[in-house]
Amino acid sequence: MSELASESISTARPLQLEVSDLRVQIAGHQGVVRPIDGVSLEIAPGEAVGLVGESGSGKSMTLKSILGLLPPDAKVTSGSVVFDGTDLTRLSPSRLNKVRGRRIAMIFQEPMSALNPVMRVGNQIAEGPRVHLGLSRAQSVARAVDLMRRVGIPEPERRFRAYPHEFSGGMRQRVMIAMALSCDPELILCDEPTTALDVTIQDQILRLLAQLCHESGTSLMFVTHDLPVVAQVCHKVAVMYAGRIVERGTVSEVFSQPLHPYTLDLLRSAPDVDHPGQSLVPIPGMPPSLVSPPSGCRFHPRCQFAEDDCKVSDPPLRLLEGDRATACLHFERCLDQIGTN
Amino acid sequence: MSEQDILEATGIEVSFSVGSPLVARLRHQPHLLHAVDGVDLRVRRGEALALVGESGSGKSTLARVIAGIQRANRGQIKLDGKVLPSSRRSRADQRRIQMVFQDPYSSLNPRLTVGGILHELLRVHHVVPRGDVESHTRELLRMVGLPEDAAGARPRQFSGGQRQRVAIARAIALRPELLVADEPVSALDVSVQATILNLLQDLRSELGLTLLFISHNLAVVRHLCDRVAVMYMGRIIEVAPTEELFRNPRHPYTAGLLAAIPRMTARDEDEAPAVRGDPPSPLRLPTGCRFRTRCPIAQQICAERDPALASADTDSEHRAACHFAWSVEAANAPEAR
Amino acid sequence: MSAVSAAPAPAPAPAPAAAPVRARRARWYRQPTLMAGLVLLAIILFMCYGAPLLTTFNPDTQNLLQPLLGVGQGGHLLGTDQEGRDTFARLLYGGQVDLRVAVIAVIFPFILGTILGSLAGYFGGWVDAIIMRIIDIVVAFPFFVLVIALVFVLGTGEKSIYIAITAVGWVSYARITRGEITVAKRQEYVLAAQSGGLSSLRIIGRHLLPNVVTQSIVYAMSDIVQDILAIVTLSYLGLGIQPPTPDWGTMISAGQNFLTTQWQLTTIPGLAVVITGLALSLVGDGLADLLRTGTS
Repeated sequence: MSELASESISTARPLQLEVSDLRVQIAGHQGVVRPIDGVSLEIAPGEAVGLVGESGSGKSMTLKSILGLLPPDAKVTSGSVVFDGTDLTRLSPSRLNKVRGRRIAMIFQEPMSALNPVMRVGNQIAEGPRVHLGLSRAQSVARAVDLMRRVGIPEPERRFRAYPHEFSGGMRQRVMIAMALSCDPELILCDEPTTALDVTIQDQILRLLAQLCHESGTSLMFVTHDLPVVAQVCHKVAVMYAGRIVERGTVSEVFSQPLHPYTLDLLRSAPDVDHPGQSLVPIPGMPPSLVSPPSGCRFHPRCQFAEDDCKVSDPPLRLLEGDRATACLHFERCLDQIGTN
Repeated sequence: MSEQDILEATGIEVSFSVGSPLVARLRHQPHLLHAVDGVDLRVRRGEALALVGESGSGKSTLARVIAGIQRANRGQIKLDGKVLPSSRRSRADQRRIQMVFQDPYSSLNPRLTVGGILHELLRVHHVVPRGDVESHTRELLRMVGLPEDAAGARPRQFSGGQRQRVAIARAIALRPELLVADEPVSALDVSVQATILNLLQDLRSELGLTLLFISHNLAVVRHLCDRVAVMYMGRIIEVAPTEELFRNPRHPYTAGLLAAIPRMTARDEDEAPAVRGDPPSPLRLPTGCRFRTRCPIAQQICAERDPALASADTDSEHRAACHFAWSVEAANAPEAR
Repeated sequence: MSAVSAAPAPAPAPAPAAAPVRARRARWYRQPTLMAGLVLLAIILFMCYGAPLLTTFNPDTQNLLQPLLGVGQGGHLLGTDQEGRDTFARLLYGGQVDLRVAVIAVIFPFILGTILGSLAGYFGGWVDAIIMRIIDIVVAFPFFVLVIALVFVLGTGEKSIYIAITAVGWVSYARITRGEITVAKRQEYVLAAQSGGLSSLRIIGRHLLPNVVTQSIVYAMSDIVQDILAIVTLSYLGLGIQPPTPDWGTMISAGQNFLTTQWQLTTIPGLAVVITGLALSLVGDGLADLLRTGTS
């Protein structure tokens, strides 16, 4: 992580992925649901960006919309996802397929459902290179074995022929990572990859991911609800609430000095293992309806600093200095609060 | 067993048969999974004891044995000095230990109203006179922070956090002495977890409840509990008061577990993972100490002898099951901050 | 946890009970299969039970002076049969009989099968083993063969039909219920009920059955169709409903001899069986769809 910090991000760097004002809508039987309602994100090459939020925030869906993996009744209504100069949302399915797996890969939360149970593990890893890179069978097998070794699967030659159910959860996740790396992608999207794993295994996987991406310069977009996990892997973080990004910045900045009341509340509501004495402050109320969100700022019904203008105007994500951004009209109020440390 | 112990479990063993025993015997393969493999545990009245471990540790199975919904193959449970039968407990005994489950979506009967769930328990156990059942139900809902009209609604109309409150209301309806909470907040959003944790703390002091808290989340455990018992592959491998455990873990697994917790400040990248490798198959446990295959300080003796849970001296509350727990080598194991 | 909360969520009180119920009812109307089946069934029930409104003839009145009249002749809408009885009246009143018997004939197997199935599923062990072996034995015989054999032994008449169908038909309900309960009993709310010290019978009756009975109800719809066929077949063979009680089976059987001259004597009752079966199947399908989506 320290090395990434030294490549400090300046806006002059070419962006690898730029999501601009993305909006997605789904027609539900209670009305039109807008799970993503104006999301803008950037990832520079080699960067690891975290996307955090609770359930219903839209973080998983953001990831899926990048690769066009949305459910059939969902559609992108506006905005763009520009990857290396091309808007992915406007690509035909066949052209998008050339990007998927080859240039952008994805790792899912539940490795058991993301792996084909009746196909040998090695073949699943070797499939990508064969299809996307045109390698011969022998070459792709060799590559798969090599990848399995790199991700820390012992006896890779023997375990090549194993089926997913013969692996433990941590090992399956390593298989998924091997599959994601198989075509040397430029960007890996991770959808809660360690949420289903034990703490000690999570530790191994997070270190592995950080190390592999650092070695090969691959960018990472890491979605999770677990704030400390983001701190282990990512350099930058964006906080999502009700389909929008409410705060952005480097991990150390956002977690030590949040500039949005939601981030502040989120940090104070979870126990910190290093500071056991602090009382937990839950966030009052409930996440808003995505069919008819509150007027003005979406967080205002639950916000401790809400004022009259918060009920009326819907603040956009405003860039402050550096890469810091916040969608709060009165973010200075957060400065009055002592940070989590 | 001392006066202060509300519960004493001795020699608990629970095994499950995996696959067909006949086929396994023919193939000379193991088929018994020892989920809980000889556990002694004491719970003091009024304390909050955490049972911590990862998957396969047996913590949930042990919790269910204590709560009386899972039968143990061996061992004994004493509640307030009285031995509980291993088969069906009497209704009066069943009342005294109640359980809150992890999944708020499957732990409430979808067909009954919240009020219906509570009424039934109150009536069957004659907790209050018949005429008071209604008002007592309202009182229970108030205690867990739900509005009175919640009684007429069904579980599906509530959020996860609210459902957990209903589950807690159900658990305290019978006025238990011991509340067993099996990962009660793991399935909830972070911001909602705080409400439930605070609620549990409040109820503990209000009702004088003893709490057995099962979790894999050490941050929550450190926040909430007085004592911690760490389980690995069916055994308790360390037990100590909370702060003592976090500051001075004596078992290499505990030290590794604490080091593996992700923290808000980034770690040094070059550090090796806290605990390497995968847990062994529960059907084929290693000889001697079951943690030795992943232990950074494993020696020859670890393969020969299974260490017992022991303390440095007889008075100490801190016990660990490692041959080197109290010797100098353990001090070199990675420690928590 | 699920990603998107679509319902409006006031803090901290639950959403008003009206909202989800209203959504359910709206969906009920929109189910085409269910609506088609219910409409058809309603028409059939109206015609059968509204028979006095539709015809003045008595189904049992013989008029040997006017046998085998054709359609429309002598004021008889569908003519008469070989004993001069009005075909239309017999069709409608016969429908009453068949439908009534079929519905009642479904209830006993339903109850018996559900009870045995839940005991087998919940307790497992030897209870399950015994019940399953009995099921295996019954299932080894084709349904009709066993029913016909039983009626033959028990003698003809309505009561025998009930006994025979119950003795054979409970098996399907038992299997369905057993399967559902075996899975459902592992749900945490069942564990919670057990830890609450509730008796097994109460848990099965009050907690498990309401949640698993929907599958059996859906099956019961198709079972009514099967029972109608069984009753009609039995009557056709002379083993079921006895004359002079009108019944579609006996009508089909009796009319066979006159296929070339008065074909409507056989064909119309046959058509009635088909249409009724269709209506019930549509209701069953529609109900299955509705219950599947409604409880998710």
